[in-house]
Amino acid sequence: MPQDITLKITDRNGQLHEVLAPTDMNLNIMELIRMYELAEEGTVGVCGGMAMCASCQCYVLNDKISLERNSDEEAMLWEAYHVKDNSRLGCQIPITEDLDGLEIEIAPEQ
Amino acid sequence: MIETDILIIGAGPTGLFAVFEAGLLKLKCHIIDALPQPGGQLAELYPKKPIFDIPGYPEVLAGDLVDNLMEQIKQFQPGFTLGETAETITKLEDGTFVVTTNAGTQHKAKAIAIAGGLGTFEPRKPILKDLEFYEKEDRGVDYFIKDPEKYRNKKVVISGGGDSALDWSIFLSNVASEVTLVHRRNEFRGALDSVDKVQELKSEGKIKLVTPAEVIGFKGSERIESVDIEVNGARMNVETDYFIPLFGLTPKLGAIANWGLEIEKNAIKVNNALDYQTNIDGIYAIGDVNIYPGKLKLILCGFHEATLMCQSVYQRINPGKKYVLKYTTVSGIDGFDGTRKEAEKAVVKAIE
Repeated sequence: MPQDITLKITDRNGQLHEVLAPTDMNLNIMELIRMYELAEEGTVGVCGGMAMCASCQCYVLNDKISLERNSDEEAMLWEAYHVKDNSRLGCQIPITEDLDGLEIEIAPEQ
Repeated sequence: MIETDILIIGAGPTGLFAVFEAGLLKLKCHIIDALPQPGGQLAELYPKKPIFDIPGYPEVLAGDLVDNLMEQIKQFQPGFTLGETAETITKLEDGTFVVTTNAGTQHKAKAIAIAGGLGTFEPRKPILKDLEFYEKEDRGVDYFIKDPEKYRNKKVVISGGGDSALDWSIFLSNVASEVTLVHRRNEFRGALDSVDKVQELKSEGKIKLVTPAEVIGFKGSERIESVDIEVNGARMNVETDYFIPLFGLTPKLGAIANWGLEIEKNAIKVNNALDYQTNIDGIYAIGDVNIYPGKLKLILCGFHEATLMCQSVYQRINPGKKYVLKYTTVSGIDGFDGTRKEAEKAVVKAIE
C-alpha cells in the first residue's frame, strides 16, 4: 500500500499549510495545490499542466528534490516573472514517496 | 449594428460547436473573440499538441480540431468579430441584449452565450520604460499580428522564444523587409519543423537572429525608430518600424466579471439542472468559463452544455412551440447558405 506523504506549502499570502498528498494518484504539485485550493482557482495551473504558463511556479525551500528542470520547464521559466534559482514549475514535479517532507512556496501570480 | 439570434462570446471549441447546434434549430450566431483567430486556447496555446479524449478521435491535434469545427459550422455562416473584447452589456425592454466591444462594435442578440474559457487572453508584456507610449496608435509596439500586410516592406523586431515567435518570424520573413528575432537564450522551444525552418531562414539571411539577448529600450520621438538590445552584456541598436514581443498570454475574466453575473472561483455560476443559464435571464455560460456542482473543464462537456443551451434559447425565442428532436442522419443538414447535406439513399433492388 503506497504511503501518503506530508508536504509544507506556503501560499501567496505567506500562510503555511501542512498537507497530506497521496502518492498513488499520478498527481503533481500543481494539482495538489488546486486540490487543497491553496491558490485562487484560475490563478494556478492555467494551461492545465503543459509547462506553458508558469502560473504554478514554486520556490523549493529544502533539498528534498533536485532543482534540475526539464527542458520544457526551463524554457518556460526563461520567460516567466519572479524567477529565482530555486524556481520549479509545480506541474512538472510528480508526487512520489521520496518527496516526503518537501517544503515549497507558491510564487506570486504572473 | 450587428444583429443575430445568439451572440457567443469566445471562439474556442465550445463556442464554435454551439454554432452548429444552433444552426440545426435555425438560429443564427455571431462570435466575438479577443484573439485575431478562432480556436481559443487550442489555436493560441497548443495548436500542435494532441488531444486524446474527444469522442470518436483516438488522437487529434488541437489545431486540427479547430479546423474541423470551422468546417462543420461553415454552412451556418457564423459572423465573427475577432481581435475585440466584449466590454459592456445592456438589456433592452424587449428582452434582447446589446453588447459593445472595446473597439465600439455593437451587437444585438436575443440571447448571450458566454463561452469565454479561461477568460480574455491578454498579452504578457515586457517591463520596459515608455512601453505604454509606443503601444498606442500604431506607434510601433504590437502584441498581436492581426493583419500581416501592415508589416509589408517594414522592418520588424520580434522578441520571444516559443512557437508564436518562431511561426510569425517565419511568416513575416516573406512579408517584411527585415525580420530580427531576439531571444534570451540560444535555444528555442517550439515544434521541430518551426525550429528547423528558422534555422534555414537564418542561414539564408532572411531572419536575423540575436541571442542570447533582450530588448531593453526604445528610440524615436513620434513612434519607434529603433530598439536597444543587450547581447551578452554588450549593447546594440537596431533600426525598426515595429517591435512585437510575443511572450505568451495570460487569461483574465475581464469586463464580463462586471456584468452582474454570479461568480465563484473565477467562473460563472449556472443552472446545470436545466440549461446552463446564469442568474441573468437570457445570458448563458458554457464550457470552461462556467461552474456548477461536479463541473469538469473538458471540451466534451462544453459540447454537451452548448447543445442544451441552444435548446433553451430556442424555447426562449419560440415560446410554447413544440420541438421534436431530429437526428442529422435522418433529416440531413440544411445550411443557411442553401447547401444541403444528407445521407445517401439506400437502393431497393432485388439481388438475382
